[in-house]
Amino acid sequence: MQKFEPKIMAYVCNWCTYAGADLAGTSRIKYPPNVRIVRYPCTGRIDFMFLLKAFEAGADGVIVSGCHPNDCHYTSGNFHARRRWMVFKELAEFVGLDTRRITFSWVSAAEGAKWAELVNEVVEDIRELGPNTEYQELAKKGVNMPGDLLYV
Amino acid sequence: MSRIGVFVCHCGENIGATVDCAKVAETAAKFPGVAYSIDYKYMCSDPGQTMIKDAIKEHKLDGIVVAACSPRMHEPTFRKAAREAGINEFLCEMANLREHCSWVHAKEDSTTEKATELVKMLVEKVKKNKPLTHIKVPVTKTALVIGGGIGGIQAALDIANCGHQVIMVEKEPSIGGHMAQLSETFPTLDCSQCILTPRMVEVAQHPNIKLYTYAEVESVSGFIGNFEVKIRQKAKSVDESLCTGCGLCMQKCPSKRIPDEFNAGLSNRTAIYVPFPQAVPNKPVIDREHCTYFKTGKCKLCEKVCPANAIDFNQKETIIEEKIGAIVVATGFDIKHTDFFPEYGYGQHPDIIDGLQFERLASASGPTLGVIKRPSDGKVPEKVVFIACSGSRDHAKGIEYCSKICCMYTAKHAMLYKHKVHHGDAYVFYMDIRAAGKNYDEFVRRAIEEDDVNYIRGRVSKIYERDGKLIVRGVDTLLNSEPVEVEADMVVLATAAVAQQKAEPLAQTMHIGYDAHHFYSEAHPKLKPVETNTAGIMLAGACQGPRDIPETVAQASGAAVKAVALFANDELTREPLVAVVNRTTPPMFSTCVGCFLCESACPYLAIGKEEIKDRNGNLIKTVAYINPGLCQGCGTCVALCRSKSIDLNGFTHQQILSEVMSLWNRREEYAEV
Repeated sequence: MQKFEPKIMAYVCNWCTYAGADLAGTSRIKYPPNVRIVRYPCTGRIDFMFLLKAFEAGADGVIVSGCHPNDCHYTSGNFHARRRWMVFKELAEFVGLDTRRITFSWVSAAEGAKWAELVNEVVEDIRELGPNTEYQELAKKGVNMPGDLLYV
Repeated sequence: MSRIGVFVCHCGENIGATVDCAKVAETAAKFPGVAYSIDYKYMCSDPGQTMIKDAIKEHKLDGIVVAACSPRMHEPTFRKAAREAGINEFLCEMANLREHCSWVHAKEDSTTEKATELVKMLVEKVKKNKPLTHIKVPVTKTALVIGGGIGGIQAALDIANCGHQVIMVEKEPSIGGHMAQLSETFPTLDCSQCILTPRMVEVAQHPNIKLYTYAEVESVSGFIGNFEVKIRQKAKSVDESLCTGCGLCMQKCPSKRIPDEFNAGLSNRTAIYVPFPQAVPNKPVIDREHCTYFKTGKCKLCEKVCPANAIDFNQKETIIEEKIGAIVVATGFDIKHTDFFPEYGYGQHPDIIDGLQFERLASASGPTLGVIKRPSDGKVPEKVVFIACSGSRDHAKGIEYCSKICCMYTAKHAMLYKHKVHHGDAYVFYMDIRAAGKNYDEFVRRAIEEDDVNYIRGRVSKIYERDGKLIVRGVDTLLNSEPVEVEADMVVLATAAVAQQKAEPLAQTMHIGYDAHHFYSEAHPKLKPVETNTAGIMLAGACQGPRDIPETVAQASGAAVKAVALFANDELTREPLVAVVNRTTPPMFSTCVGCFLCESACPYLAIGKEEIKDRNGNLIKTVAYINPGLCQGCGTCVALCRSKSIDLNGFTHQQILSEVMSLWNRREEYAEV
């Protein structure tokens, strides 16, 4: 049987974590190629429906990462994201998503090594959790993820 | 159907060594909507860019994806190439194959697979890209300088000398700020007034500078290039156009026992006063709080003696409105006073003074005419103790930071004392000596070695009075932490530099950031040290954090350049990556329901209200309007909008969704279940 390779979606902000991931590159720090980065201007921009959409696309895990508290390029976007995450987490648990599949982190533009470490950790954690079957389970039960109505 | 071009760069070996670029280009060619796909060794090189431009024209491409390095590196390069080839530059996207793929992964099939997927994501995104045009905003070529200390003066003169109008607002009756109070300046010991007053006069006489003293900034609205500022001009009760500055009124004023702010409370002034003889403007104001006439309704002595009939008791406070393009904030600092220190007697003892009071004692224009006399009995103190770090770097006092200037001015004070009282003893209690700066350490060494100032490393725990002496109890941590007791005649506390009392409300009216200590925050600690997060507002001097005169002046010139650079063009060009409220569906209406949740989330106050009316002018509804001049494009409002009526140019719902859903494609798999 083929080894399970987790599919990780990373939603990062342009100013801190995207630049941090760039730094990991310029520092040639190796990490597994399981992650796909989507660039946002700020974590405050991340509509959490996109988290569900990531699972719908087939992600086994999602990383959300932006600037450290008080370092936000736009002053407060990361705080909005954090608050949204606190609310979203309960909702996700309520509908039956395993919130261990979502990792929330802060990685600054200077933390290339931290970014690589984060990806390593998440890939290992998700590898242990196994493929994301919850979403399929939910679909089976007839739970509609309402994103389609809004975006497509 | 889109006609997207994909350009895969090898970046020499950087990408090519780990990613099979030819294969990526080959696979990309089969993506729906991709009309042209090619790989090349160096896309950013001249032939590479020409290749892109030619392909755009030849294949009539309506969007390109350059799969190369980080967009933070070369996005401007390829957007420029797209523009030159005749398509909108915002139809160009970059897939980050180098920093996010080839440099961090090994040479394996999975790496090439990832590279292909990254290209696919961006191909899907670019299909949804819309042409955008840069935003142009007109610029009012007038700068506002808040604060008339050395920082404000430097910034105002620099901007005015570049030919632009400057409005300076100072809350005191005279400009000059703290520097005017200083006796001599480190590390050269040149007279502060001698170098400052000519610059003050220059400000007053400059044809491009309009000076409002005894005035405060009431409110700031608008945005970069287009601020509207309201200035509250307090009533001076003196008609400046008539006043000759003869000073008769001050001689006759009967309220003579008001603590003199300029002399840091060491002397008294009258109710009608000029803060100091070299004041600019050198015309008095009436301090209505202390004036006998305003308190009791009787007196008017000044009016009787004034030969120019300049006294006007009926003058009213006025609000002046000005249109401003850029703002330089130079509001300076304050110091903690001696009453902040219980261990040093809550400021009750007259001979325990702060640094500014010592400056006035040492100043030739001060209350003692430069003779060091202690405030209690006017005797020359034989033994003076200087305590550095009074409050600074002290968590227990709530001031964790270093006040930066104290080490240097304490050394200066001790030196000035020794130069004036040759037989006297000077002691300095210190934690560390932080004398980083040109000729600074040499200056401190001079105090220790040439002027015999006794430096004791340790803190002072208590000061109390015994037999007319101030007993300073401290510890010498360099001598086995032995207790030290000095019988002093006077103690000078180098108290912590703190933000101005009104710093917080001023920051709030300007919407600039400030830290826990109310010092204003710069946009970036390294690379944008003079800008604030609000475009068009710059910082100069100690309002941003404690700093000395040369640093303040340098920063003020930096802030001035930022303002002048803004004024260099008639219009301001900004990236159009801003949020927009959907106004297209249904026609004329907006899907916005007017909840204004977005308004509460916007850190830039860019969101206002817009009324939608029918053809008869009746209001249909009020919807959100995002000012493109103010919006910085963070997108927080977009994610918050409940009716999905706001979208962010460059990062629209559709763009991001297409990017996300292009991956892995397990939707069918799920649908089957």
